[in-house]
Amino acid sequence: MTGADVLLLALGAVAVGSGALVVGTKHLVRAGLYLVVCLGALAGIYLVLGAELVAWVQVLIYVGAVVVLLLFAVMLTRAPIGASDDLDRPGWPAALIGGGAGAGLAALLVDAYRWTAVALPEAGTAERLGDQIFRGWVLPFEVLSVLLLAALVGAIVLSRPDIGRPAAERDRAGRPAERDRAGRAGHAERGPSR
Amino acid sequence: MRPVIPYVTAALLFGLGVYGVLRRRNAVLVLMAVELMLNAVNLVLVTADSTVRAALPHGGQVFALFVIVLAAAEIGVGLAIVLQFYRLRASVAVDEVPLTERPIEPATAAGAAVEAGVRPAARPEGER
Repeated sequence: MTGADVLLLALGAVAVGSGALVVGTKHLVRAGLYLVVCLGALAGIYLVLGAELVAWVQVLIYVGAVVVLLLFAVMLTRAPIGASDDLDRPGWPAALIGGGAGAGLAALLVDAYRWTAVALPEAGTAERLGDQIFRGWVLPFEVLSVLLLAALVGAIVLSRPDIGRPAAERDRAGRPAERDRAGRAGHAERGPSR
Repeated sequence: MRPVIPYVTAALLFGLGVYGVLRRRNAVLVLMAVELMLNAVNLVLVTADSTVRAALPHGGQVFALFVIVLAAAEIGVGLAIVLQFYRLRASVAVDEVPLTERPIEPATAAGAAVEAGVRPAARPEGER
């Protein structure tokens, strides 16, 4: 076992432990904070594995943006601050399927790699990754930017209730207001004559 | 470096994510569990990048970056759906989401009546 192995084991234990707390805790806000620990440990694993750019992007986007978005959502949905008991469903099928998936994949990968050692390749710095992205993977990169735009537009359309309703419903919502406005105008015209 | 260590970590994280998605009722917690699964996949990609020699070097890390971007898009749209559901039902429990269309007719008829009846003061004024 080299130093890299010890680091990987320690960071992996932190990641799995805090991941278990994310899916196990009864405090909503604490689940988000345990998620920060889990994602930070994963960023450390990426650094040990030589994926420098991916590690920093992980810190920037996941720990910085995604967790903040999740915590915003927790607060916008008026989550209770203390422990809440209604977060979980009865969990035997979930434990069975989740444990089965985890243990099955772990057994498969242990059987495939069996404690062999591999020399770490050159680190994935921003220069090398940028070279690959903009030379070998430039088409997926552009498609991904179009997808981000589509997700942006979709999120806006979803969060505005007046876009995309059926026309009949929109008419029904619009008509009373118009009637009211017309009524008020008529009333104003008639008002002085009375 | 023993590649089995990060691989097993990723497998366990994926299992935890599956467990969380199936277990949790709160939609925000379900999204957190989905993030765990996506991160497990990222870890597999990065580990495979340093163990498997590919024709294009660093393909795994490039894919991990792509998955991170996809996760950002997913979390944006997912939270928009969750917040919209919360605005409609004042609840974020995923097992209260109706999976079939409700019969709309009585509900919307009542809703239209309520909407028309919101301004009861307008009618007496018109009659006067």
